[in-house]
Amino acid sequence: MTKSPPDGQAEVDVWSEACLVAALVAVDPVGLGGVSLRGGAGPVRDQWLAQFREGLPSNAPVRRAPLNIADDRLLGGLDLAASLTAGRAVAQRGVLADCDGGVVVLAMAERIETGTAGRIAAVMDQAEVRVEREGLTQCWPARVGVVALDEGIEPDERPPAALLERLAFRIDLAGVRPGAAPGWAQDVADARSTLEAQSLAPDWVIEALCTAAMKCGVMSPRGTLLALRAAAVHAALNGRLDIEVDDLAVAARLVLAPRATQAPQFDSAPEQGPDSDQSNAPEDAAPPEADLDAADASPPEAENPEQDRSDAVPPSDIVVAAVQAALPQDLQGGGLPAVAPRSAPSRARGEGAGVVSARRGRPTGSRPGVLRPGDRLDLPQTLRTAAPWQRLRRQAVGPTQTLTAANDPTRIRVRPEDFRIRRFIQPSESTTIFVVDASGSTALTRLGETKGAVELLLAKAYVTRTRVALIAFSGRDAEVLLAPTRSLTRAKRQLSDLAGGGGTPLASAIDAALALAVSERSKDRAPRLVFLTDGRANLGRGGAPGRPIAERDALEAAAQVRNASIASIFIDTSPRPQPNGDRYARAMGGLYAPLPYIDAGAVFGLVDSLGPARGLGGLRGAA
Amino acid sequence: MRPEPIAVLVSSAAPLPSPAPARTRLAYPFSALVGQDEMKRALLIAAVDPSIGGVMVFGDRGAGKSTAVRGLAALLPRLSAVKGCAFHCDPVADAGRCAEDCAPCAQAFGGAQGVVELIDTPVVDLPLGATEDRVVGALDLEHALTRGEKRFEPGLLARAHRGFLYIDEVNLLEDHLVDLLLDVAASGENLVEREGLSVRHPARFVLIGSGNPEEGELRPQLLDRFGLSVEVRTPDVLADRIEVVRRRDAFDRDRAAFTAAWAPAEAAIREQIVAARERLGQIETPDEVLEAGSRLCMAVGADGLRGELTILRTARAAAALKGATQVSVADVREIAPMALRHRLRRNPLDEGGSTARIERAVNELFGG
Repeated sequence: MTKSPPDGQAEVDVWSEACLVAALVAVDPVGLGGVSLRGGAGPVRDQWLAQFREGLPSNAPVRRAPLNIADDRLLGGLDLAASLTAGRAVAQRGVLADCDGGVVVLAMAERIETGTAGRIAAVMDQAEVRVEREGLTQCWPARVGVVALDEGIEPDERPPAALLERLAFRIDLAGVRPGAAPGWAQDVADARSTLEAQSLAPDWVIEALCTAAMKCGVMSPRGTLLALRAAAVHAALNGRLDIEVDDLAVAARLVLAPRATQAPQFDSAPEQGPDSDQSNAPEDAAPPEADLDAADASPPEAENPEQDRSDAVPPSDIVVAAVQAALPQDLQGGGLPAVAPRSAPSRARGEGAGVVSARRGRPTGSRPGVLRPGDRLDLPQTLRTAAPWQRLRRQAVGPTQTLTAANDPTRIRVRPEDFRIRRFIQPSESTTIFVVDASGSTALTRLGETKGAVELLLAKAYVTRTRVALIAFSGRDAEVLLAPTRSLTRAKRQLSDLAGGGGTPLASAIDAALALAVSERSKDRAPRLVFLTDGRANLGRGGAPGRPIAERDALEAAAQVRNASIASIFIDTSPRPQPNGDRYARAMGGLYAPLPYIDAGAVFGLVDSLGPARGLGGLRGAA
Repeated sequence: MRPEPIAVLVSSAAPLPSPAPARTRLAYPFSALVGQDEMKRALLIAAVDPSIGGVMVFGDRGAGKSTAVRGLAALLPRLSAVKGCAFHCDPVADAGRCAEDCAPCAQAFGGAQGVVELIDTPVVDLPLGATEDRVVGALDLEHALTRGEKRFEPGLLARAHRGFLYIDEVNLLEDHLVDLLLDVAASGENLVEREGLSVRHPARFVLIGSGNPEEGELRPQLLDRFGLSVEVRTPDVLADRIEVVRRRDAFDRDRAAFTAAWAPAEAAIREQIVAARERLGQIETPDEVLEAGSRLCMAVGADGLRGELTILRTARAAAALKGATQVSVADVREIAPMALRHRLRRNPLDEGGSTARIERAVNELFGG
C-alpha cells in the first residue's frame, strides 16, 4: 500500500494518511512512541481507534487512562484494600505496567499536567516502571506505545511538550470524513517480522534525515530518530528489508514536518520544483547502494531532464521537499522566522483545579473524610486513628471457632470513619500581563524599559510564583509577544527583538489582554494587567481610524475588564499626564499611575508594590 | 584512613545482587555518547571526588542528559560494603555508625570475617512522583500492619549512600522535596522525624540534577548547593547529529551487541576513574593555583568561599583524571565555567550569559 506522496499544495487525503499512521504505529508502538490524535470525540476518532486496534496483535493490551489518573493508578502503588485484608503491603500495578507490550490511550491529553506527562515520558524512555511510593519499591517492565487523544481547539491547547516530543506522529482528524477501512491486519503482522529482520540503516539514510531535520529546525535528535524508525517501519510495511527514498519521504512528511520550526532552507538551488521531485521519485527508485558515498548517492530521478541544473539530487533534498510540502501554512512562506512554539510549557491544566490541589503542593497534615478518586490516604495517620479501637472492635466480632479473615486476631480493623486524607497547600499563582504601547516615537524606550521590568519580575518569579506575559500593540493590532511564562531564559529569547511604530489600537490591546487574562484565570492563576501607554488611542476595533471611535471602543473594552473583575494598573507614560489615562483606569476599575520618565526599576516597583494579585481588588480606584 | 575498595574492584567479575530492583534493560554506554564533553567531564570529576558536591545539568530536550547519568551507573567501579547493612556502610570508614541497632555493622566493626561484600556503586534514579516517605524513609508499613511494631524502613536516601542520586527534571520536583534533598546532600546525614520515628543515618551521595531552564528556573539558593553546573545543547554539527542517530539506532536494534562493542572503551574510563581516585590524595597544589582561583572568584563576583573551594577540588580532580601529579593554572581555566557558572549573582538585564562573563574574566586574568 505505497502511498503516493502529496503533489504540491493539493489536499492530502487526511483519512488515508491517518490510516497509514495507524498501521505504522500498530507495527511498532514502542519504537515509534505513538501518535497524538487531534480532534474531538466522535465517530471518526472511534473508527480510527478501532482500525488501529485491529492492527495490534490480538493479545496486546490496550488501556485507556483517564485525565485525572492518580499516580498510584498510573504507575502502581499500594493496593490498600488488599493490603488491609492481607495484613501486609500488597503492590498493585498501574496502567502503564498493565499495558506492557501494548498501548496506552490518554484521554484529553491536552490537559495532562506537566508532571504526569514527565512520568509517562520517563516510563517510555526506560521501558519500565519504577515505583518508590507508599512503602513500596517495585520495577515492572512497561514497553508501551501511547495514543494521546488531543481535544484541544486553541493552538496552545496541546499535550505537554515532553510527551509530544516522544510520539512520532501528530495527526489532525478535525473535519475528516472516514473512508473505507483498508484491511491491512495481515500486512501489519507481516511487517513486524520484516522489521525484526532489518539490518542497521545505511549511512545515506541517516545522513539524509539528519540534514533534512537540521534544515527544518528540528533540533532534538529524538525527532530524527523517530523519523528513522518510521522510515524503517514503512519499509517493513511494504515488505522491504531496505529503506528506500519514498520511505524517507513518508517519514519526513509524517514525523519531521510537524516538528519543523522553520521553513527549510535550500543551500544553493533556491526552488527546484519539489513537486516534480517527489512524484517521480518513488515509483522507479531502485534502492541506492548502502555503501555508496552519501554525497554522491543519486536517486534515479536525477536523470529527469527537467532538473539538469545539478546532476545529482541528494536524497536529503527529497526529504526536505517532502517536509516542505507538508508544512503548516504559517511556516510555508519561507521568510518567517523560527517561531519555536514547540518549547511552550504545558498550560493544559484546567477546571479540575480542586482535584489537583488535593494532590499537589506541600503536605499540611490530614483530615478525616471520604476517600475520593485522586485523594491520597494518609495511611499511618489512618492506622493511628484506628489503633485505640482495635480491642473494642475485636470484641464486637466476638470469639468464634473458625479462623476467618473477619475474626483473625492479628488483623487490624480499619473502618471508613478512620480514613485520614492527606491535604496539600498549593501556593496560588499569578500571571502579570504587560500590555505595552509600541506605537509612536517613544515606543522604543517604553518597550526597552518594559522588557527590563519583565526580566526583573521574572528574576524573582520563584519567590512570587508569578508568570509574566507581554502584549504589544502598534500598527493595526495587538499581539501576544510573550505567552505566560516563568522562565527568564525564554522571556529573554523572545523579547530580544521588539519593533515599534505605527498607530495606537488601544481597544484591540485591551481586548487581547482581557482574553489572555480570562484564559489564565481558568487555569487557576490570578491575572493582573499592567498597561504602559500614553493613552492616546487613535485606532478603534478592527483598525477603524479616528480618535473618537478609538476612545469609545477603548472605554467599552475597559468596561469589560471591570466586568470580569480583573485587577489592573494603568501606567501613563505621556510626558504630561492626560485625563484620558485616568478615565481608562477608572473604566477598568484599576489603578492609575503617571510615570513620565519611565524606567524598568520604577515599573517593577509599581507592579511589585501591588503585592499578590488577589489583593488588588481592594486597591481599586486608589488614584 | 580511607578504605581501598579499588584493589578488589578490578579483580571482581561476578555480579552481586544489589538492593535496588534490577533494571530490565541495558543502559546506553557512557563512552558511546557523542560530544557533550563538558557534561561527561563534570560527571567523571564528581565520580573521582564526591566531596565536590554534585552536578547540575541544564539543557535542551534530547541532549542526552539522562542517558549520560544512567550510563555512568554501569561504568562506576564497585564498592566493598558491610553485608546485610541497609546503608551498605563502608566496612572500615563508617561501619557501626549507620544506626544504633545495625547488627551487621557492629560485627564488621568488631573485626568479624565474611561480612564484607562487593556491591555496584549505587546510582539511584529518583522517579518523578516519588513520595517523601520513600525518599527519606518511613514507618515500615508491613511491620506495623502485621506485628504492630514500629520499625524504620530506609528510603532512597539510604540506598544512595556512597553513590549517586539522580533527579531528572529537578525543576519539576516539588519544592519541599528539593529542599530536603539538598539539605541531606550537604550534611551527609539523613534525619528522620516522622510518624513517631526518630532516626538518623549517613547519606553521603553525589547529587545529580538535570532540567530544562525553559520549564522553570531553580532558586539560586538551590543552584549554589550544586558543586558543578554544565549546560548541554543538542549538537548542531551535521556530522555529530548523524553519529548520534547512527549509534542510537544501532543500540536500539541490538542492545547486547552494541554494549559489548563498547565494553573496552567503558573499561578504559573505569580504569581512569579508579586511577584518578588513587592519585587524588597525592596531587600537589601550588600556591599560584590557589591564588588563581581566588582572583577568579573575586573578578566575577561569586559569593562566598564555596566557589573557591569548588574550583580547587575540581581542578585537582581534573588533574587526577589527566594523570598529572600537580594542579596547574590551565586546569583552573578549564574547569572555571562549570565551577562558577551558577554562582554568579544574576543580573537579569545582562544579555550575555554567565558563561560569557566567566570567560571574559578568565581571559582578562590569565591572558587570552
